[in-house]
Formats: sequence, C-alpha cells, structure tokens
Amino acid sequence: MKPPPFSYHRGRTVEHAAELLRELGPSARLLAGGQSLLPMLNLRLAEPAHLVDLGSAPGLDAIRRDGDLLVVGATARQAAVENSADVRSLVPLLAEAVEHVAHPPIRHRGTVVGSIAHASAVAELPCAALALDAQLTLLSADGVRTVGAEDFFTGAFTTSARADEIVAQVAFPVTGPGTGQAWSEFSLRRGNFPVAGAGVSITVADGEIVDVAIAICGVSDRPVRARAAEAALLGSRPDPETVAAAAAASVAELTPRGAGDLAAHILPVVAAPVPAWGYRASVAKSQVRRAVTTALTRAGGVR
Amino acid sequence: MTATHEPATGVDEIDTDPAALHPITITVNGTTHRLAVEGRRLLVDVLRQDLRLTGTHTGCDQGVCGVCTVRLDGATVRSCITLAVQADGADVRTIEGVAPDTRTLHPVQQAFWEKQGLQCGFCTPGMVLRVQEILEQNPCPTRAQVREGISSNLCRCTGYQFIVDAAVEAAERMAEGS
Repeated sequence: MKPPPFSYHRGRTVEHAAELLRELGPSARLLAGGQSLLPMLNLRLAEPAHLVDLGSAPGLDAIRRDGDLLVVGATARQAAVENSADVRSLVPLLAEAVEHVAHPPIRHRGTVVGSIAHASAVAELPCAALALDAQLTLLSADGVRTVGAEDFFTGAFTTSARADEIVAQVAFPVTGPGTGQAWSEFSLRRGNFPVAGAGVSITVADGEIVDVAIAICGVSDRPVRARAAEAALLGSRPDPETVAAAAAASVAELTPRGAGDLAAHILPVVAAPVPAWGYRASVAKSQVRRAVTTALTRAGGVR
Repeated sequence: MTATHEPATGVDEIDTDPAALHPITITVNGTTHRLAVEGRRLLVDVLRQDLRLTGTHTGCDQGVCGVCTVRLDGATVRSCITLAVQADGADVRTIEGVAPDTRTLHPVQQAFWEKQGLQCGFCTPGMVLRVQEILEQNPCPTRAQVREGISSNLCRCTGYQFIVDAAVEAAERMAEGS
C-alpha cells in the first residue's frame, strides 16, 4: 500500500509555501508532521494532486512566550510542546491535552498546529484550542489574518481557512493567578481518539467563579463550547451539586446524531463501531464534571 | 507579451510531475545513502525495498500497530506514515543497527531472547526499538511504566507479559553494565 501519486514541493519558507499553495490551487494540501494526512493518503481517503511540505521551513517550530500569549509555531512537534516547561506552567490545559494524543512515536512527528488545522471532531488539540480561546494566524500570499478558535472550526474536518492559507502559528492565552485548567477524556484503548473529552479553564476570585470556559469533543461534527454549563458556573460559589448541574447542562443543547452521521463526522477511518450519540453524550457529561472538579482544585477554589 | 501566463508571485516554474524524483540523503545505521525518490515514497519502503533492510516490518500502513517503528534522529517514529522526503538529512536507526556487532546482541535483544519476549517475531523489531528508547528515558521503569510505554506497539502473541519481563530484565542488565 502506498499513497496516491502527488507532486511534492518543499516550502523553503512559510511565505514560499504560501506562494506554492496559491500557484498550485485548491488540489494542493499542506504537509506538516503528516500523522493525520499520511494515514489518509495510505488509505486513499485523501488524493491531493500536490503536497506542499512545510517541514523544513526555518523558524516555524518555535514555542515562545509573547506577552500574555504562548505562541506555538506551525511545525512545533507535539512531543516538544509536551516536554516544554513553559507550556506546562503557562498553558497547563494544552500540556495535559497533548499527553493524550496517540502515542509517543506519533507525537514525535505530529505537530500541535497541524492537528488543530486538521479539525477532527474527536481530537484533543482542536478542543483544547477552543476551550483556551486560542488565536490562529492564517498566512497566505495576500497577507496575514487572525481568527479565533470558535470561528475557525466550521464543520467535520472543515475550517474557515481558505485552501491557500497556512495556519502559521496558534497563540494560547497564558494563565494568571487563580486560574485552574484540566483536560479529561475517556477512550476505549490507550492512545485512541476519545469517545468524548472535555477541556476546562476556570478562574476563581474570593471563592467565586469569575471566568470559565468549557469545550467538549466527540459529540458533534466539531469541538463545541458548552455555553449552558459555563453559564451555570459563572458567578457561582461552586459546590459538587453546582458542578453536577453544569455537567448535565453541557450536552443539553446539542442535537442527537445518528450513528452514520457520527461515523462520517468523526473518523475518516472507521475500523470499529462508532459509539452511539447517547453514550458519547453521557461520557461527555462525566468528563465535564471531572475536568471542572480538577480545574477548581487547581484554581484553589474547591470547597 | 506573455506576462499574463507568468506567476505573479515570483515562484520558480513548478514541476507538477508526480513521478519527479527528489534527491535525499539519509544515514541508516551509520551508512550514508544518496537516493532519488518519488514524493509519495514511504520511508518504510525505502528501508525495505531500496536498502533491503527488511527487519523493519510493514503492518497496518496507518500508524496504528508500530511494527514499522524506526528511530529518526533518535526518536521512535512510524516509518509507514513518514515520507522518505521528510527524512532527508536524518539519521535513521533500524533493528539491523541495534546490536553492537554480528556476534553480540544488545541487552534489550538479549533480554527478549532469554525472557521469551517474542513468539512470531513480527512486532519484535518495533518493540525492541521502543523498549530501547523507554529505557534511555527512564533507566529503571516500573512494570506499569513499561506497559504504558509499549502501548504504542501491538503484539498479538505474547499477551505482553513476557515483553514487560524482558524490558525489566534489560533495565537491570543495563544498570549492572553501566
């Protein structure tokens, strides 16, 4: 088995890669670490006419602090982000989520930004980016624009980036005092995509929740914010009952989806039965409850 | 005047032939090879077919099973979901490069042999490379840490118990040897 034929192009710089994408047109795909794209090529689920490789473009693998932001470049490996002391202390939700991505040999090649750009509805990193209100820098031959994570994910493996745009970097807000973050997921086997997962960031001041963001994966065609759950928590002095009520509200607004719908949305490769929506929703509620509880503890606000 | 047909952005003329060959240089087990490969050529196929290093196996072809594991610049990777062009300039180590010489097994290999850490042997090259990496990062792992570490690699024969035994044995041997 091998990938379908494509013409291969190495981007010398990110700008050069953007020019190549513009010249080659919409049948070109961008290659970063390849840990999502290569399986799809091998299985012939994707047949791009051209690949533009960003891998050797210089300066794109940086992980650096820029004021109140932690900026991750397009080719920064998941393993590098996982092992970064800066990420662990400044954006703990990202550090915890990336540990759940597949296995170390995959994380040695896979990139954080590439996974976000791939926009799987069950993957950890798009969901974490949504919970963190990450800002994505889209670069094309026309210039640069910034898109928030909530506006970036528009459907199953679909984003608001144009075919000729490159997600050049993703910026995550750094945590401040009183903020606790947590990732929680349940998967059927270690390293698999989760059935459902939740990323949470909560800020507590004087025992009261003053800021909260909750994103869940595995229950829709894209990662979604649990707005009703956030509203149930915001301004509260949290106790286990409040947390349980918020978790119950987290999937209440979602539309139940049929198994075929889920299979099409969630996995390009369906090697095993896809758990039914009701089960996913139930698991999602549990993960929200666990992640909120852990985040509260880390925020120092649990009672 | 042909300006309308010229790229507006200054990109050189683009060769869009999928059969175009790309020059790559990879060092495999200490030997440097200069090759010309199609863009779609997988690293595992270069190793097995072009370089005849068939110790690296092909399994699922989608990054799940781990039998194609090699070390790329020191880190374990799936060679079935790595393009050869992505390995340009890299240092690759395969199972053929693990033993120090033709008469001596690496302590990890010796432990797999003595603890029966293999039955059919299909997963073994990937397992040995992964266990070697685990022990480099954590020279004295618990059984649970070994189980977690090798969860990236599938074995359908052993039930993993003897592989964990082998990893623990290898850790002890390497600690004694150092």
